Amino acid sequence: MIEIRELYKYYGDLRAIGPLSATIEKGEIVGLLGLNGAGKTTALRILACDLLPTSGTVRVEGIDVVEHPDDVRARIGYLPDTPPLYLDMTVAEYLSFVARLRGVSSQDVARRVSDAIELTEVGAERDQIIGSLSHGYRQRVGIAQAIVHQPRLVVLDEPISGLDPVQIVEMRDLVRSLGGEHTVVVSSHILGEISETCDRILVIREGTIVASGTESELSAKVLRGMQIDLTVRLKGGPYRDALGQIQALLSELPEVTRADELEPSEAGEQVASFRVHATSDVRDLVCRKLVEKGIGVLELARSERELERVFAELSRVEGDGTGKRNRRKKALQKIREPEPPVDKGPSNGEGAAPAEEAQ
Amino acid sequence: MTATLLLARRELLAYLRSPLGASIIAGALLIDGIYFYWKGLTEKLLSAVVLQEFFYGASGPTMIAAILLSMRLVAEERQTGTITVLNTSPIKDREIVLGKFFAALGLLALLTLLTLYMPALIFVNGKVSIGHIAVGYLGLLLLGASSVAIGLFASSLTRSQVVAGIVGAVILAALILLWVVAKATDPPLNKFLSALAIHHENFRSFMIGTLELDRVAYYLAVTYFFLLAAIKVLEARRWR
Repeated sequence: MIEIRELYKYYGDLRAIGPLSATIEKGEIVGLLGLNGAGKTTALRILACDLLPTSGTVRVEGIDVVEHPDDVRARIGYLPDTPPLYLDMTVAEYLSFVARLRGVSSQDVARRVSDAIELTEVGAERDQIIGSLSHGYRQRVGIAQAIVHQPRLVVLDEPISGLDPVQIVEMRDLVRSLGGEHTVVVSSHILGEISETCDRILVIREGTIVASGTESELSAKVLRGMQIDLTVRLKGGPYRDALGQIQALLSELPEVTRADELEPSEAGEQVASFRVHATSDVRDLVCRKLVEKGIGVLELARSERELERVFAELSRVEGDGTGKRNRRKKALQKIREPEPPVDKGPSNGEGAAPAEEAQ
Repeated sequence: MTATLLLARRELLAYLRSPLGASIIAGALLIDGIYFYWKGLTEKLLSAVVLQEFFYGASGPTMIAAILLSMRLVAEERQTGTITVLNTSPIKDREIVLGKFFAALGLLALLTLLTLYMPALIFVNGKVSIGHIAVGYLGLLLLGASSVAIGLFASSLTRSQVVAGIVGAVILAALILLWVVAKATDPPLNKFLSALAIHHENFRSFMIGTLELDRVAYYLAVTYFFLLAAIKVLEARRWR
């Protein structure tokens, strides 16, 4: 579906992306993950034919974006980080306008607009002026304009930015619902969000894809294993004995390397929490083992800290960590330490005053 | 062509929905009315002279309105980010420019049409030909089209509407003042500069009701030149 080969984009002497190569299959939902300034938006704008690459090739369904941009544009729906909305139009008017602009025939416009409105659940706002809508609804209308002409490829640049938690869940469901019929590329700088939505993640760092795979694959690759947060209700008997029993049970699994006791994540009698370190994804094995032994599993999930570590590890720029820390340390030291006294010849009362003030 | 019409319709609706369009029309009509009263109804003049004065007076508000209407056309799209919708749609830059041009020209034509009651008063109470009125209005529309094209070109250069308005006004003022420069130069340069001036020589024949095709060609050429320049600016910025 999408083939990107040795793509480069320079702004003057500054390399925004490159070398960037990737392949995305039809119907996939792919997440482009990276820190701010990693090159996500530049890559997506090239894909959407909004920006000309400096070199390299990008093909959408075999069509080159540089040679036949209009053919590619007809196949793509693009939502930039700020939805491009005409605030003086109603939702329905705006979507009809965009649909017609993207080549939908006048007979099909009404149906396509209704489909997009239904999918993005903005039916109640259909005749509202866009300027009067909330941020969340504007984002939905932004997605509706990207899919109204039923493109094969939908490109969404940070669709969840600025949304509240409820809207994030709704947006995640919406993006997931686009998969299959459309190929979807979503960018984000939050691994947890993108992993919930996407089939595959491409990690971009300094304009280059540095890793690709599902969240579990990335985690296994980077951390050489997996961390699971587990909360259980212990069986009766002394608390310490029950804890020891759980740890013994877990150590029976060959994939588990360690199980550390944590502060219980919820209140209650006989409740205990663990962080389980394993060489692979053993969530199902752990759950089965504990249930077989009659231990109540209250919660079992991948560690949030693990996601943070994976992202930090993948996004880390070479030499960034210690260098930055040392510079920060030096700067702090400089602020705290007094300036060394300057020898100005024989001292008098006036000359000493500023040094004292500085201290 | 469909995209041009779509864009023209959208822009025209945007003008009519916002106070901008109505304010510009109201302001221009007020100035036209005051000038007509002052020149046409307070002095004893021949009907044809009053009509000439009306066209002369209406040309100023027409040019100002054209710049005010056109300065937002592309700059606002850049400012709000909606240019992305146009840039990522399978439409040509010329369709974008023409759509916006026809919208602004349409509103300007509406403004011009609303001044018709003044020549009608002269026609009923005095002695002027319909041909004179028609040629005068053609001149106003051609002058307006050229001014809209200049404003649209200025709007394509920047994301600030104010800067676009200033740039458009400066270009238009320079083209108006060419006749002053022409007066200060020797032949044959003065004739050339005078022929380039957007108002003085070129508009006079329309004012007096004489249709000269070279004057029509001049306004069409200015319009074409600035629209082409706007298209080239969009092309250079859209896909790079």
